[in-house]
Amino acid sequence: MISLKNIKKYFHKGSVNEVFALNDINLEIGEGEFVTVIGSNGAGKSTLLNCIAGSFLPDSGSITINNCDVTAWPEYKRAKFISRVFQDPLLGTCPSATIQQNMALAIRRGMSRGLAPGVKTKDKPFFREQLKHLGLGLEDRVMDIVGLLSGGQRQALTMLMATMVRPEVLLLDEHIAALDPKTANQILSLTRDIVAEQNLTTLMITHNMKHAIAFGSRLIMLHQGRIILDVRGEEKMQLTVKDLLAQFYRSQGEELANDSLLLG
Amino acid sequence: MTLYAALGAVEQGLVYGIMVIGVYLTFRILDFPDLTVDGSLPLGAAISAVAITNGVNPYLSLVLALAGGVMAGMVTAVLNTKFRILHLLASILTMIALYSINIRIMSGPNVALLGVETVFDSVTGVGVPSQYAGILVFGGFALLVVGFIVWFLGTELGQAVLATGDNPKMITSLGVNTHTIIILGVGMSNGLVALSGALVAQNQGAADVGMGIGTIVAGLASVIIGETVFGDKTIARAFIAALLGSVLYRLAIALALGMEFGSFKFNPSDLNLITAVLVICALITPNIKKRLIKR
Ligand SMILES: Nc1ncnc2c1ncn2[C@@H]1O[C@H](COP(=O)(O)OP(=O)(O)O)[C@@H](O)[C@H]1O
Ligand SMILES: [Mg+2]
Repeated sequence: MISLKNIKKYFHKGSVNEVFALNDINLEIGEGEFVTVIGSNGAGKSTLLNCIAGSFLPDSGSITINNCDVTAWPEYKRAKFISRVFQDPLLGTCPSATIQQNMALAIRRGMSRGLAPGVKTKDKPFFREQLKHLGLGLEDRVMDIVGLLSGGQRQALTMLMATMVRPEVLLLDEHIAALDPKTANQILSLTRDIVAEQNLTTLMITHNMKHAIAFGSRLIMLHQGRIILDVRGEEKMQLTVKDLLAQFYRSQGEELANDSLLLG
Repeated sequence: MTLYAALGAVEQGLVYGIMVIGVYLTFRILDFPDLTVDGSLPLGAAISAVAITNGVNPYLSLVLALAGGVMAGMVTAVLNTKFRILHLLASILTMIALYSINIRIMSGPNVALLGVETVFDSVTGVGVPSQYAGILVFGGFALLVVGFIVWFLGTELGQAVLATGDNPKMITSLGVNTHTIIILGVGMSNGLVALSGALVAQNQGAADVGMGIGTIVAGLASVIIGETVFGDKTIARAFIAALLGSVLYRLAIALALGMEFGSFKFNPSDLNLITAVLVICALITPNIKKRLIKR
């Protein structure tokens, strides 16, 4: 379970470029909830995930995961609880290491690393079995350098690596946006399967409203650093793209109204 | 080139090869250009020489030199990671500071090692002719170091070091503190460089504060020659290539110094210029190639 209380985040605070990226976010996400996150460009979606992951610390507010206050923890320490998949397929794996070396790095997420062999013989059958699930034939290429794989293959491997050791929270930041439509759909259904199988608490940013509606058990919409829509259960199942667009334009309209108020 | 000169070059190639392995670790594995080495090579020499002249066992003096080098490297890495000073600048600062420190350690600009026991005596002592003692000792140490590094980079921790150079964002998200890894790696690298310096001092019978000038450039030249000639397909191959690159580099230098063009001859002091030109050529050639292909 994750709980965010009064999270505020500025960039370049006090300068002319000041951005108020997160404006008092309060969010409770229950165990096993699958939340899809939408919002226009610059709404603060990535910033929200980065704050949870610890890429930077919020200016105020607190973050707890499983009743553990992680607000001041650096990113590498939060890896004990959190797995991430980034938009750029190149970011999730080490290009010059082999597939099995990458998996061996991931299997120790959040654990200490010592002088035992990096790739252990006892883990190899497990790696192959996991790779077989992907159905990409990677199980026969465990000694191949990851840099040789396509973006889609790398992203599939990243999904696997992120969930091989069950994370308390899975963070997906537009993780299919850089892939071609066919591969994107494959990774998306892989995501659905893994999340369901392990009952993972998940936040998935997407710019595709259909995906946001079709996937997950809860949907939130961000606008200018605030959560302007939060629906779940029955209500979410009945949501349509039209509803979302209406909500979206309403918030934009308010913005315009505010502006004209200021100007007027 | 005489056989004598060739043997000397191989010997130099092996002993400085230990330094080159250190340079490979920072420059190629960690992607951390580190100029500390110009200071940590004479640091190792100074520590070892002063220890030996004070009656310390020559092998133990190597351990002390190594430890000194590790600390110097860690200072650079801490300046870079914890205080966010650019790596190049951080390493230049440590290098400059080491110049003063080395003179303090030696209570002067140099220390002679005449008539004292060195690690070579334990080899000549068992009947190895003295002209081969250097090659044997240096070759032994160099192979030991390569073996150690290749083993280490295969461990859980070593794989984290590789990943830190390759994709720091990814390895951070897997729970590794990349600052700690950089401090460890740059420390290790400079430990090896200092070990190399200590062995050089014991071989040439003196430690000198100026002996580190150009270390990084010689190291880079050796790395580039090794990669070009022997390749870097696997980690083991890359490090053996770095060591052999060092040998080739010293042979090339010996060859150049032996050449005569009419009345013109290279001086040993021209070595840094030759090396710098060599490295510049190697660094810009790939760019030239790329540009030619594009057009
Ligand atoms: N590292 C950063 N430095 C400065 N400004 C940033 C940084 N990251 C994000 N921002 C700004 O914060 C706002 C929110 O960005 P982001 O969270 O990336 O939006 P998105 O919803 O598109 O993912 C934007 O105005 C963006 O320019
Ligand atoms: Mg974003």
